[in-house]
Amino acid sequence: MSCIEQLEYEILLQGASFKESGEYIKKHFSEWFEVEPGYRLFDAHLIGVPPVVLGVEGEDVIFPYVKPCRGTFLLRAKGPEEIAKLRARKKKR
Amino acid sequence: MTETEGKTALLLLGCPQVPVQTSVAIHLCDQLRERGVTPVIAGTGSARKLIEVADPKRRYIGEILDLDDCIDAIAEKQRDFDYAYVFIHNDGGVSYAGTLSAISRARLVGIVYGEHADETAALITFPCEVVATKATHNPMPIVVKLGRVLP
Repeated sequence: MSCIEQLEYEILLQGASFKESGEYIKKHFSEWFEVEPGYRLFDAHLIGVPPVVLGVEGEDVIFPYVKPCRGTFLLRAKGPEEIAKLRARKKKR
Repeated sequence: MTETEGKTALLLLGCPQVPVQTSVAIHLCDQLRERGVTPVIAGTGSARKLIEVADPKRRYIGEILDLDDCIDAIAEKQRDFDYAYVFIHNDGGVSYAGTLSAISRARLVGIVYGEHADETAALITFPCEVVATKATHNPMPIVVKLGRVLP
């Protein structure tokens, strides 16, 4: 997942569990999507417990990023193309 | 020829923070080989080094993969395994097991250990066989339970 580490991102949550990260997205963002683990986002396969929740706000995607030793980080990064892909899936709530 | 002969098993190692991981992984490789199953290890850099140093002539271990490269290969359907054993002692380990439950067709087993093994095992909400024990330094409680989830 090094490609995600090369993005310009903001850390919204650190030290939360994977489940709490998904709940945070649903609580704080009006547009969110559920995808399967392994979904390709920013050229990386997402790690997580199904379903993986992704948020959208403006041109930003909010997504969990799991590191084996350090747990889940909730990141926010610009991704208009990723948002278009998510909306095209039409699997919103 | 046994039913398991020629099959493959992935051992997915997480952060090696809890000492039992390395010895249980090598022990599991031995048990799998006894059954004709070829073990393949994927793990973080530190987890891989611990394993390689402990078995320098590779009498028990075999192929070793980078954790993310392994997930990529399975997700892209370039590779899969008959069995997958995920070593879990934290939320991150549960997430990796959850990922395998979605992308792999392997029989999935979570080996849960560490001080908070019961709480960690409760986070496994997807199809996955689980063996859980509070072992941290002494691998024997896990080794005893491994028999339940061997092929």
